[in-house]
Amino acid sequence: MMLGQALRDQQRELVVFRNRLLLAGFGILAAFGILATRFAWLQVVQKDHYHTLAEANRISVVPVVPNRGIITDRNGEILAANFSAYTLEITPGRVANVERAIDELAEVIEVTPRDRRRFRKLQEESKNFESLPIRTRLSEEEVARFAVNRFRFPGFEIKARLFRSYPQGEVASHAIGYIGRINEPDVKRIEAQGLATNYKGTDHIGKLGLEGAYEKELHGLTGSEQVEIDAGGRAIRALSRNEPISGNNLQVTLDLQLQKVAEEAFQDYRGALVAIDPKTGDVLALVSKPGFDPNLFVDGIDPVNWDALNNSPDKPLNNRALRGQYPPGSTIKPFLALAALEYKKRTPEFAISDPGFFTLPGVAHRYRDHKVGGHGSVNLHKAVVVSCDTYFYGLSNDLGIDNIHRFMTQFGFGARTGIDIEGELTGIQPSTEWKWQRFKQKWYSGDTISVGIGQGYWLTTPMQLAAATATLANDGVVVHPRLLKAVQDSKTQEVKALHQPMGERLPFKPEHLALIKNAMIDVTKPGGTAARAGAGAPYTIAAKTGTAQVIGMKQGEKYDEKKVKEVHRDHAIFIAYAPAEDPKIALALLVENGGHGGSTAAPIAREVFDFHLLGKRPAKRQKLGDDEPGEVPPPPQ
Amino acid sequence: MIGRIFDLFSRRIDGPLMAALAILIALGLTVIYSSQGGASFDRVILQSRSLLVALAALWVAANVPPQTLLRLAVPIYCVGLALLIGVALFGDVRNGARRWLNLGFTSIQPSEVMKIAVPLVLAWYFHRHEEGLRLRDFFVATVLLALPVGLIARQPDLGTALLIFASGFFVIFLAGLSWKVLVGLGASGLASLPFLWSMMHDYQRQRVLTLIDPSQDPLGAGYHIIQSTIAIGSGGVLGKGWLNGTQAQLEFVPERSTDFILAVYGEEFGLAGTVVLITLYLLVIGRGLMIAANASTVFARLLAGAITLTFFTYAFVNMGMVSGILPVVGVPLPLISYGGTALLSMLIGFGILMSIATHKQLVSS
Repeated sequence: MMLGQALRDQQRELVVFRNRLLLAGFGILAAFGILATRFAWLQVVQKDHYHTLAEANRISVVPVVPNRGIITDRNGEILAANFSAYTLEITPGRVANVERAIDELAEVIEVTPRDRRRFRKLQEESKNFESLPIRTRLSEEEVARFAVNRFRFPGFEIKARLFRSYPQGEVASHAIGYIGRINEPDVKRIEAQGLATNYKGTDHIGKLGLEGAYEKELHGLTGSEQVEIDAGGRAIRALSRNEPISGNNLQVTLDLQLQKVAEEAFQDYRGALVAIDPKTGDVLALVSKPGFDPNLFVDGIDPVNWDALNNSPDKPLNNRALRGQYPPGSTIKPFLALAALEYKKRTPEFAISDPGFFTLPGVAHRYRDHKVGGHGSVNLHKAVVVSCDTYFYGLSNDLGIDNIHRFMTQFGFGARTGIDIEGELTGIQPSTEWKWQRFKQKWYSGDTISVGIGQGYWLTTPMQLAAATATLANDGVVVHPRLLKAVQDSKTQEVKALHQPMGERLPFKPEHLALIKNAMIDVTKPGGTAARAGAGAPYTIAAKTGTAQVIGMKQGEKYDEKKVKEVHRDHAIFIAYAPAEDPKIALALLVENGGHGGSTAAPIAREVFDFHLLGKRPAKRQKLGDDEPGEVPPPPQ
Repeated sequence: MIGRIFDLFSRRIDGPLMAALAILIALGLTVIYSSQGGASFDRVILQSRSLLVALAALWVAANVPPQTLLRLAVPIYCVGLALLIGVALFGDVRNGARRWLNLGFTSIQPSEVMKIAVPLVLAWYFHRHEEGLRLRDFFVATVLLALPVGLIARQPDLGTALLIFASGFFVIFLAGLSWKVLVGLGASGLASLPFLWSMMHDYQRQRVLTLIDPSQDPLGAGYHIIQSTIAIGSGGVLGKGWLNGTQAQLEFVPERSTDFILAVYGEEFGLAGTVVLITLYLLVIGRGLMIAANASTVFARLLAGAITLTFFTYAFVNMGMVSGILPVVGVPLPLISYGGTALLSMLIGFGILMSIATHKQLVSS
């Protein structure tokens, strides 16, 4: 009985077991059926989709960045070049703790505080998956030392990169500009210009000066390479390559040696100088002092250097030649004199008796001359030579502001000269309309009187003044300054010179021009305000000195340079060209807070002329302005 | 003479099962070679060495009569449990998990012992109570199962815990736990999911979430699945050919010689290959189920059934995970993936199966 029960139980159990086994078997078939369906779905239905994905995964199109064109001066001296160097780059998104990783890196190769600051700044500006340089220009030994330790640094990579270098350092920095890392506004601009594809893989772009203005020429065309990559993004082998086309080389109009002479002539003064070949418009020198070292920007500037440049009271990043707007002072007197002759408001013979001041009829205000007691009898020639304010007060009053405006506009005052780098400002060439637009006020006669000696509302840039001077030197043929001289095609090596057409000839009477030019020549002769600039020169210089007030003087107050804070001292201005008979160079220069034009500005011009015309380098310099008589009044005639 | 030696080695070996196993193992070595880019024999050699040890173990297991296993079941289980407790107390932490026990001369992963010990001990328990199973017996069995599973889940090694749970559950299921209880357990299991979810580690939750939407984290947890499905899918019907799978060979597929070896296989041999693989697995499983059905004792049939169903579970979970229909748990593709330990425990299991198949006359007599 017991045994039978047990047997029956066992029998029942076996049936249960076999049933369950059968059930499991069906379950297994169903499960494998699902799997087989899944494989069929992936490998038949979705095959094309995954095949495409697999190709995309495997083959990566990598941009090949073209070499940037180099920049040379008119004589082939290099202003901006490239060199190849190793950088160590970090992709922050692939590193858990970037700061700690850099600490560890510092045990292997040197990482300066500047490197860290710069990296942090780049990190703030960049996306997490971008590769950013922590160290640039690694030595071979450093590359080797890192390579041995590279397993410790995931997300770090050594890359060979082309760097921009500016072998001249601060020299001509404002004209050359610099390249910097592409930032958000750059990206927007590139995209707006439809150049996004061409900038794939490029992380630097010209920011200022020639580098900025001729970015398109310099950059070249990006190539591409199809590479087979593994999952780590490492290239296994190249499948095909579409060569990049290097950027074109630029030859610019600057004369590096002349530029150096000019910059050195400024010594420690702030200021600007623009020297132009009046026959072509070639800008031979473009000085803005102080300058900056464009090399600082190449790998991304660090915050300390950036703050130093950006917050310096000397404003080294400000291109004074294009963006400095100053009252032109007495340098516009030759132009005004020409206007008076052309508009028949003065004759060469007409003379005034200068009491040392000018008054408008019925107004008590005395417009003082810089010479107490006056210059005596002054005709147009003498008025330019001795820079007689009284004469020009009356002259401008007779011309009227709108005539002055119309005449000066022909020389380019109040407008951009069109120089081929960006950032130029227009200055102000005032008129009744301008004042109404600007201040909703009518023009007063007193406003014209100030304009007559280049003060008041009149503001000009050194570039404008230089172009106007060149136009005057060129007998009224309008000069359009430019910096690009020729482009060398990177493919054909062919050099294509650019000939900028000269402007129209302004319809001045030759005898009027001759009279003005003679007066300007006499400015550099004994008795003229720039007598020292012309002393002993084997060529003739035509020039005009000027002083631009920085602070207004109250009625009856006397300007005493020694008592005025340096930054409030007058700016010294100078325009000149030489040789006067056949001008090869015309310039305008301004020395901020340099006092009178004759003492600080004129010697700089002389050094520039001596070098350009005679190849003579300046001897040991005297300190600018020392023992200088300033605008010495000539002996009474 | 030669005939007698052959007989000595083949007497306890089940021919059809061994043939299917041999084909799978050969296929595995072929794909392991391919997964190394066809450039290195290192892993093929290492795997072959493991294979010799595992085949010896299979032969030994096949020659151990089921009665001996019945006697050894409890000691093996107790040793395994002791080792698991030892791991929990003194284990080495590797990759953030406490799974290994350093015995001084060697490190062992006690959860591997449990893969065999759990079905053994449960089959032993039900065998002892074969004269009439009551609900209480199923409760005891559940405790025997829950102890090691809980300890392994705490390591944490959720994948292995689930697989061992499955192997134990198969024994309980085949032993005849009533449907009422099964449905009740299933329902309470579902009800406890939120609780389990709250117990999971972040990375485990991530795996489950990633399964639902792999594109959510394409460079992280979803990367494996995305890359392996691309590899398998791009293989097409006939595959790209042996050693020609770009995805797998270019290192897109991670763990491509171990857990994700199916991606290499599927890419190079296509749908034809995956169907052949499923068929081979079905042959092995079918033969296992036949052995179980014909086994003469409760112990033998429960053990044989559990071993077979566990083998199925491994194969299904791995293929499901690599093809993107199951979460990524660390389970190798049985008999194909590179790795000596898995091969060893797998072949010991088949050795036991063969022992059951060839010893039944002795048992029943």
